[in-house]
Amino acid sequence: MAFFKLLRKSPIIARIGLAMILLNIAAAILAPVIAPYSETEIVGDVWMPMSSEHFLGTDHIGRDMFTRLLYGARNTIAIAFVITMFSFAVGISCGFFAATLGGWTDLIISRLVDILMAIPVLIFALVVLAIVGNSIPKLVVVIALLDSTRVYRLSRAVAMDIEVMEYVEAARLRGEGTWWLMRHEILPNALPPLVAEFGLRFCFVFLFIAALSFLGLGIQPPTADWGGMVRENSGAITFGIFTPLWPAGAIAFLTVGVNFIVDWFLHVASGLKD
Amino acid sequence: MGSVFRLIVKRIGMGILTLFAISIIFFLGVEALPGDLAEEILGQNALPETVAAFRKELKLDLPPHERYVAWLGDLLQGDLGKSLANGRPVVDLVGWRFANTLFLAASAAVIAVPLAILLGIIAALYRNSWFDRAISVATLSTISFPEFFVAYILIALLSVQLIIFPSISNINDQMSFWQKIHAIVLPCLTLTLVVVAHMMRQTRAAIINILASPFIEMARLKGIKRTRVIVMHAFPNALSPVINVIAINLAYLVVGVVIVEVVFVYPGLGQLMVDSVSKRDIPVVLACGLIFASIYIGLNLTADVLSIISNPRLRNPR
Repeated sequence: MAFFKLLRKSPIIARIGLAMILLNIAAAILAPVIAPYSETEIVGDVWMPMSSEHFLGTDHIGRDMFTRLLYGARNTIAIAFVITMFSFAVGISCGFFAATLGGWTDLIISRLVDILMAIPVLIFALVVLAIVGNSIPKLVVVIALLDSTRVYRLSRAVAMDIEVMEYVEAARLRGEGTWWLMRHEILPNALPPLVAEFGLRFCFVFLFIAALSFLGLGIQPPTADWGGMVRENSGAITFGIFTPLWPAGAIAFLTVGVNFIVDWFLHVASGLKD
Repeated sequence: MGSVFRLIVKRIGMGILTLFAISIIFFLGVEALPGDLAEEILGQNALPETVAAFRKELKLDLPPHERYVAWLGDLLQGDLGKSLANGRPVVDLVGWRFANTLFLAASAAVIAVPLAILLGIIAALYRNSWFDRAISVATLSTISFPEFFVAYILIALLSVQLIIFPSISNINDQMSFWQKIHAIVLPCLTLTLVVVAHMMRQTRAAIINILASPFIEMARLKGIKRTRVIVMHAFPNALSPVINVIAINLAYLVVGVVIVEVVFVYPGLGQLMVDSVSKRDIPVVLACGLIFASIYIGLNLTADVLSIISNPRLRNPR
């Protein structure tokens, strides 16, 4: 209910953002129902123009672009979501452990995270993918671990603030274990900033997967995914055919939506009035 | 001045240590590969002699710590090993491409930095005006766009609709300086747009942060002229955050350049790295990774050192 109250006071930009995200989620969930063809079915000629049979034309080997775009939403958003969840699970548990245990645990994890964060995620990911090779499970683990360093920083900082509260002290004196403290005292109190961060991280992971797939190192064909679709169809642009702009635009559409919401969230959280 | 010098030396030491740690992580990564790297890359059907030769080539026949020291020693002497794909020395592959990448990144930076700072300052000074709002929505959208989306829109407009600039930026040594510039206009523009958006937003935030602080209000209440408040009171304090913003965004160019080079088939380090990752040419990937990492760390280091120098408060920690 509090959510709806907040929504009623939200600026128009945030509402547009929310609508954009809901549209994408609907497309992802309903893909098998709405899509006129199947994901990898070849239904026509190469790069056919828009028509009533093919709303957005066909791709570089004659698959229906509209269908691919819907399934692409499904695959890309699902994988990005799984990675973000995984990254939060790792980041939060390490962050909380570091904050509650302190000492050597904190020191070792924190220094390791500092080193991992010292160079860009893309460069690190490229090196790691070259070493371990490429498949969806490997991709999920590699990106989630690299991304969890950012989650770790935040959750450690938040947990540090909560850890010194009297009620945590009371629970500790009562003889509760570290795990219990983390689950019952720290997690509920740390949730609001972590939820806001989830949106930002999701956006980042989503763009990152799209970029990797675009470079040909992410999700492999024939699975439909937006970054890969841009890559496959990129040759069309020099003939004046705008097919690759559809998936690229879809990526931009979703991230703009998430950013509109996050921008408003940050504004609300910062407590600024103007 | 003694303490500033010590602080800077300490910071540089940290940077070198980080780079060292990263080289260990890369090395351990190659090390931790399940099974044998040689068999993994050569495939199941490779002849035993080929595998043995390959192991010797990668020094896989030595124990790990000796191998690391040997690898690092070679690296420091400028010997980056040989490419697995074509057997050529990595230095030959990397050298001229690295120069090309620097050329592209520097051209983008020369345009982006002054433009972003100027726009950021204007937006901060005329906060909540139509100009500020328009530029805020525009930059927020540009940040959300993946680099390749911006790139393809520019290609569609400027190289397909209006045939002004080439969509493939192939440059070589025979070209004159201006021919090179013409060839890289589109990738340069793409990078500029993306970086300006980030840099401008952060500059705006930094300036607003300073304009909101009590000493500026004090200066205004004393009745000092607006321009004097900005030049004498706000500017010296804004210097340190703005230098930071510039360095962070130049470092961001390191990532942007990889994708943009692939879009425009530009013969740079990013393109080489991506190709080598798909071929799993590990020596080349490691070399490119370490070069990108050192540039990134170097830029962050520069930012820290410059802000230590420009901000007296940082000189006396605690």
